[in-house]
Amino acid sequence: MSENENIEDREELLSTKKVTISMGPQHPSAHGVLHLILEMQGEKILRAEPDIGYLHRGTEKIAENLLYHQFTPYTDRLDYMSAMSNNMAYVMAVEKALGIEGDIPDRAEYLRVIVAELARCASHLLGIGAWAVDMGALTAFLYCIREREMCLDLFEMISGARMTCSYMRVGGVRYDADQKFFDKVRDFVRILPEKLDEYNKLLTGNRIWIQRNRDIGAISAEDAINFGFTGPNLRASGVPWDIRKDTPYSVYDRFDFDVPVGEKGDCFDRYLLRMAEMRQSLRIIEQALDSMPDGPIAVDIPDVVPPAKDAIYDNMENLIHHFKYVSSGFTVPEGEVYSAIEGPKGILGVYILSDGTEKPYRLKLRVPSFVNLQVMDFLSKETYMADVVAILSSLDPVFGECDK
Amino acid sequence: MYDISEDSHIVQLLKKVVGTAALSHTIHRGELTFEIGKDDLLDVCNAVKSDESIKLDFLHDVVGMDYLDLDDGPRMGVIYHLYSIQNAFNLRLKVRLDDGEHIPSVTGIWRAADWAEREAYDLYGIVFDGHPDLRRIYLAPDWVGYPLRKDYPLKGYKDEYNPFGEEKEDE
Repeated sequence: MSENENIEDREELLSTKKVTISMGPQHPSAHGVLHLILEMQGEKILRAEPDIGYLHRGTEKIAENLLYHQFTPYTDRLDYMSAMSNNMAYVMAVEKALGIEGDIPDRAEYLRVIVAELARCASHLLGIGAWAVDMGALTAFLYCIREREMCLDLFEMISGARMTCSYMRVGGVRYDADQKFFDKVRDFVRILPEKLDEYNKLLTGNRIWIQRNRDIGAISAEDAINFGFTGPNLRASGVPWDIRKDTPYSVYDRFDFDVPVGEKGDCFDRYLLRMAEMRQSLRIIEQALDSMPDGPIAVDIPDVVPPAKDAIYDNMENLIHHFKYVSSGFTVPEGEVYSAIEGPKGILGVYILSDGTEKPYRLKLRVPSFVNLQVMDFLSKETYMADVVAILSSLDPVFGECDK
Repeated sequence: MYDISEDSHIVQLLKKVVGTAALSHTIHRGELTFEIGKDDLLDVCNAVKSDESIKLDFLHDVVGMDYLDLDDGPRMGVIYHLYSIQNAFNLRLKVRLDDGEHIPSVTGIWRAADWAEREAYDLYGIVFDGHPDLRRIYLAPDWVGYPLRKDYPLKGYKDEYNPFGEEKEDE
């Protein structure tokens, strides 16, 4: 050991002592109600322990006491940045339990894919925007929010709600889309790539952005898999695993798209990956628009799908049918299923154990934010306070989902 | 994507690897489930993870279960959802436990099990032996009871913070 290092060691010991500080639950860069307990020596992080549960609402207990169709709106409130994806994960799980996942009409599946990919864009835009503002780049945040607004307007057009869409139903989707909606989606597909180039100019070559993110919070592919990383975070470490490609659900096998992967698995790669994923989402949306089939938007199984709202006003049988559906729901055959989709933040899985009644006996949500967040301590060790903010933003957790 | 059916290659392979540890197996909606005893859990998990032709290297989730009144088996249970990134198929392992019975932790095999096991402990009271840091995760440390158990009321129990809860029966 040289003399110089000795002095540095001593200075560290002399000038600082170990302190534990709380970051959150009310903190501007905590992305919600995250309470991080940081054990620090000077500026250096010795241990970072997330303390979660401030937004715990007992969603799984609620689900056990609701009819299957009544639970759909609750899924909006999980990852409230991309309600459409959550809807999709849930209705697909129920459809699998019912054994009708192959019967969903093509038009419904195409609409689902379009809105789910729009939700991915909206989620990534907000993820990058909020991350940028945490790093001090307010301009990029405002630009991202501007484009996200376009997504939300599209959701409002198709479902009537901007964030809590509840658009999908078991058996299909609730509302058909008209030509005006498709035109607007095409506008979005045309506009976003130009805007992504703009963000590129603002962030990708930005020296501050690079220095704050490059080589920060790097994780190897092996560790990432072991920790249960999924979604963009896993692919940034170089694992080309995307459920849409490997075990395609819905109609994803009909579209041509790439699965971008990173190399180092650091924060900067996670950023680049989200940028690349948005472009792939646009490719999928464009293909879906080009080949949008005509036909019904829900399966023709009266037990599971109620009549259209217009049809109940002048037809007594339809009104009775609607009433019956709303008040007593439908039964699901006994058995257990697990169905997962590639959500914007990672794999969103739903496990349902049915006892043959109208309510799930057990419903378990495998939420990506929860699983991704447990790696916080591993990534933050030996970094600095300011890096923790970058690492947290790069994981892109949402607490509606993490805390359930 | 593998076809999961009784005589498909992957199911035969899994039967061989899990071997006599399997108490039963079911295939429902294209999903394979093995029920195993808790003493065999770590051996089976290690085997399915390390076997090159199976290589279930990814743990989706650990699910705590309460089977109260659903069947005659032991009351509690733990379910593991595994996935092989290389071979693209899912497997479900199920372990049934009596109330209060402990189960070995799989955190040594998949670190992803860390918080998931804490969640099962928090909401069901299932104790995982060998877990590095088994504490409540969602609820406050001084919470009494395990809310996701079937005999825990939806409204919760009445106390100073929850005037609408149900009265607790004295034991």
